[in-house]
Amino acid sequence: MGKPAVELVDVVKRFGDVVAVNDVSLKVEDGEFFSLLGPSGCGKTTSLRMIAGLETATEGDILLRGETMLGIPPFKRPVNTVFQNYALFPHLNVERNVSFGLEMKKIPKEEIETRVVEALEMVRMPDMAKRRPNQLSGGQQQRIALARALVNRPEVLLLDEPLGALDLKLRKAMQIELKQLQEQVGITFIYVTHDQEEALTMSDRIAVMHDGNVLQIGSPEEIYEQPINRFVAGFIGETNFLEGTVNQINGKTIDVSLDEHTIVKAHSNSSAHKGQKVGVAIRPEKISLASTGMIQGQILEIIYIGTDTRYIIRLKDDTSVTVREQNLNRIQSNKYQRGDEVGMNWDPAHALVLTE
Amino acid sequence: MAIEPRTRRERLTLNILLSPTLFWLIFFFAIPLVIILILSFLDNSPNGRIVWNIQLDNYIRFADQLYIKIFIRSFFIALITTIICLLIGYPMAYWMANQSLKKRNTFLLLIMLPFWTNFVIRTYAWKMLLARQGQINQLLIALKIIDEDNVHTFLNTNAAVIMGLIYIWVVAMVLACFASISGLDRSLLEAAQDLFANPARTFLRVTLPLTLPGIVSGSILVFVPSFGAFVTPDMLGGGKADMIGNLISQQFGESLDWPFGSAISAILMIVMLFGTLLYFRGLRSGEAQS
Repeated sequence: MGKPAVELVDVVKRFGDVVAVNDVSLKVEDGEFFSLLGPSGCGKTTSLRMIAGLETATEGDILLRGETMLGIPPFKRPVNTVFQNYALFPHLNVERNVSFGLEMKKIPKEEIETRVVEALEMVRMPDMAKRRPNQLSGGQQQRIALARALVNRPEVLLLDEPLGALDLKLRKAMQIELKQLQEQVGITFIYVTHDQEEALTMSDRIAVMHDGNVLQIGSPEEIYEQPINRFVAGFIGETNFLEGTVNQINGKTIDVSLDEHTIVKAHSNSSAHKGQKVGVAIRPEKISLASTGMIQGQILEIIYIGTDTRYIIRLKDDTSVTVREQNLNRIQSNKYQRGDEVGMNWDPAHALVLTE
Repeated sequence: MAIEPRTRRERLTLNILLSPTLFWLIFFFAIPLVIILILSFLDNSPNGRIVWNIQLDNYIRFADQLYIKIFIRSFFIALITTIICLLIGYPMAYWMANQSLKKRNTFLLLIMLPFWTNFVIRTYAWKMLLARQGQINQLLIALKIIDEDNVHTFLNTNAAVIMGLIYIWVVAMVLACFASISGLDRSLLEAAQDLFANPARTFLRVTLPLTLPGIVSGSILVFVPSFGAFVTPDMLGGGKADMIGNLISQQFGESLDWPFGSAISAILMIVMLFGTLLYFRGLRSGEAQS
């Protein structure tokens, strides 16, 4: 493998006293679909804008294929951006919007023409060349914005929540299309989103950001199955947290006592010591219900959502646990009643001990 | 049927609401305009009485070299005024639009502040500044750029008139351009930079075309009143029919030839109307090409 497409080295960005990005280091490999995921204000968009050159890093270095981008203005960087609001030029038609970057690069006219046609075909908008942006729907504008960036064949394509303004159905369809497009053109994509499901669906790797820091970088599966701390576990998907103390350590399996009578088994990736206060994170779909189990509780709520049924169960100490059972059989909704005492079990490998 | 009284009532409401505006436009714009147009075809007796004799003499009379010269001079004074106003006003508006909101409001206030003083008084102030014994010449003498026997004549020149007009109308240009520039979507400028356009090309290819409406309305706001100006040329230009506005005022005043004055007004109006239409059409075709 050659040099990473993009590398951030100890990048810090401060706006006055506000630290937007705090010491971020990451590498994006060539041809990768890489997502920056986090809640609003976590620094993901600022990081993207620093790669584009629209913001300057306060400290640290940004490298593109091993070459520093410090001091290089945005118009000289071999990257292109799909903006959140698309930022199509209202005074130019679709064709002229798409050809803008090529014209600025002084590409010969004939080549511009063929490349614009290709780009519009790629985003399935070949008949829209003469339209003005204000004559297009949001989804169409989004495709033109994509064509306008891709036509330049950038080293890296930066996407700032490009699907944020679309309705749910269109967004889901575009997620798949974007992923296919990325595989087809082979360009490195850096994708900013706050939508964890979107990031899981599309990405090769995800960097989870919070308060200007990168908390974890990994494949969607790693991020979901092996979150390194409570924030990641809570932000990606749904998680139950049980508070307890480490009782016994048997290699990677740890016994955690929740109270005097209850001990649960869980898995740990990091080292924990006896007596340490920890949280046990378990996904709702990894818990199964039975009459007795590792922990007991009372059903507070039963919510039928078609594919699954969700049970909200209250434990003795008043924490509530969500359990999700797939509706494999037709009539399952009356298996349990509200108020029933139930037990909960799980495979210890699926419960994760989190120390921070 | 139930909808009928409602629309009638709505129509009534609309009429009541619009009536002051309509009244104003009819009595202070449409009727005087018609009077002027009628007057322009009538005859004038030597003692200034209007004679009901419909003919075209007033228009034919304007074709005289003397009047055409005044007309052309007025046109060029207005044109130069507009161009200089644009060159001063656009960068100023651009700079203001890029300030913080608080600063912007302060600058807007500062720009409009001179309007609180009467425009004739402000023009008088310029008359004093530009006079042979005025402050500008005194400053030049003090700085030893000129000597006392060789003071400049600023007053009663075309330059003085242009300067006075710029001073009055540059504000209109700044405000029109400011409205347009401050409404510009910043992300478009970022998009242009992201698409390899350097700052100069970003300006020429994105900022300028998108703020053209401000430039157009600002130019019309400066050109039209400058073309017909009469107070400024009267006070700073010596007052001897320097511009078409003075010529018109002369006809209604000293010469007591209202029909001829009306004919010149009508010509001015028609020229400006067609000029503006052509300007817009030219812009539209230019836009269609891009």
